[in-house]
Amino acid sequence: MNALTIRNLTKTYSNGKQALNGIDLTVEAGDFYALLGPNGAGKTTAIGIISSLVNKSGGEVEIFGHNLDQELEAAKACLGIVPQEINLNLWETVGNIVTHQAGYYGLSGKLRKERVEKYLRALRLWDRRDDVSRSLSGGMKRRLMIARALVHEPKLLILDEPTAGVDIEIRRSMWDFLQEINEAGTTIILTTHYLEEAESLCRRIAIIDEGTIIEDASMSSVLRKLQREVFVLSLAEPLSAAPALKGFETRLREDADLEVEKGQETDLNDLFEQLSAQGIRVISLRNKANRLEEMFMHLVENKGADV
Amino acid sequence: MNLALNIVAVRTIIRKEMVRVLRIWVQTIVPPAITMTLYFIIFGNLIGRRIGVMDGFDYMQYIAPGLIMMSVITNSYSNVVSSFFGAKFGRHLEEMLVAPMSYATIIIGHVAGGVLRGLLVGTLVTIVALFFTDLQVAHPFIMISIVLLSSIVFSLAGFINAVFARKFDDISIVPTFVLTPLTYLGGVFYSISMLPEFWQNVSKANPILYMVNAFRYGILGTSDISIGYAYTILLIFVVVLFTGCMFLMQRGIGIRE
Repeated sequence: MNALTIRNLTKTYSNGKQALNGIDLTVEAGDFYALLGPNGAGKTTAIGIISSLVNKSGGEVEIFGHNLDQELEAAKACLGIVPQEINLNLWETVGNIVTHQAGYYGLSGKLRKERVEKYLRALRLWDRRDDVSRSLSGGMKRRLMIARALVHEPKLLILDEPTAGVDIEIRRSMWDFLQEINEAGTTIILTTHYLEEAESLCRRIAIIDEGTIIEDASMSSVLRKLQREVFVLSLAEPLSAAPALKGFETRLREDADLEVEKGQETDLNDLFEQLSAQGIRVISLRNKANRLEEMFMHLVENKGADV
Repeated sequence: MNLALNIVAVRTIIRKEMVRVLRIWVQTIVPPAITMTLYFIIFGNLIGRRIGVMDGFDYMQYIAPGLIMMSVITNSYSNVVSSFFGAKFGRHLEEMLVAPMSYATIIIGHVAGGVLRGLLVGTLVTIVALFFTDLQVAHPFIMISIVLLSSIVFSLAGFINAVFARKFDDISIVPTFVLTPLTYLGGVFYSISMLPEFWQNVSKANPILYMVNAFRYGILGTSDISIGYAYTILLIFVVVLFTGCMFLMQRGIGIRE
């Protein structure tokens, strides 16, 4: 069964801005799905429509088979949302925020208390349950939003940049937690600017740009498409111009930093042979960017053309 | 609609609203008590002694029901408008909008919160009034039903104001420029029989006149208007305003892009 089915979804804002140009997307139950795209690409608009916080202009959305137009409440019951912006009541206590959310989903009595404790403990917020949310750090606020989204144990959890502004240690612990709940059966859709995050967590990936899906495939097949890598070489002596190397593209970043772009058909031995032949000595070498980031930029620049 | 879910959800909203009212009691409960005490001292005690009798009651007794109703109306309105707009402004309204409860539940929960605050403050003002005058309830059912209906009407009106409001100024415009003048001109301090006929007719276009007078009838047994008209007007307002709230929520006006 599909956790999410989107058909020809369009959104035009009242100011005339076309945010979504008829996107189609299918996410299977149990998947861990990445939705990537540059700022303003339409990710948050799509999530807003799925969570019924934004009115769509056209198209259809189904969550676990429940159409948003015909079975809105059933669709909402399957969904948990962690928005990009902090949207907590800053004057309310941590415990009350999660307790109220459980009540909005119809949980009451012992079950509500158990769930609140379960998720506040899981997100390491139980000791702060009596503190008002404004006293929490940024990372704690994000964890509180995750606890709030999970308290009714949704089948589909959508997280819109959940680790933005969160330090590395907390980010890693959030990754572990998300992997745990995904393994326990929750379908997860994640938008992120940390492409490393998508690469290490997600099994499928969609890339959206200017309101259009330009890539939708498994993470492994997307990464296989990556044919080019960029290396930065630190040279022993500065150069006045980038050397010409057959089969490679070169760019001089600084006097002694040379950027070399290679395709899959060439190898590094060939690169070093050509550099040695020109009397250029290399002190060190590093991969310029995360592979996914590299591919992402190619896709966005070429709008989905093969890279 | 899942009835059990919606009952739990509405109880949750009411509990949240009451916790809010009691948490900020210095803003929600104390000011109306102080304001009404001053009204009783200045208008009832000092000026009232010179006015003498109105419709067969001493002036303090005459204005007490109007002042109680005034505090119920303004507190019901301001509770819903500030709570709902605050949630919209802080974006935690989204907590409710993403949940599977019906829009009617969101409206009823907030209106119930407004009614409870209105009744809480109204009870407090009644206790204050009893320090200044003796109040015998002539028609208890009418008194209770009118105060409940009036509180519901103004809670619904506050909800609509909050839906349209875009900034904090927008939630004070209606109370300042519409609600307060209508309340003062709604027969709280005088009987409209004192006015020339033309102004009597103009006054009858003010819905608050019917609420104040019907409530006064419930307590004192005297009114400038027909109680039947008052019930009719209040019920029409409840239906029209609730329908308006539902329309706004379903269309997402002011709350969804």
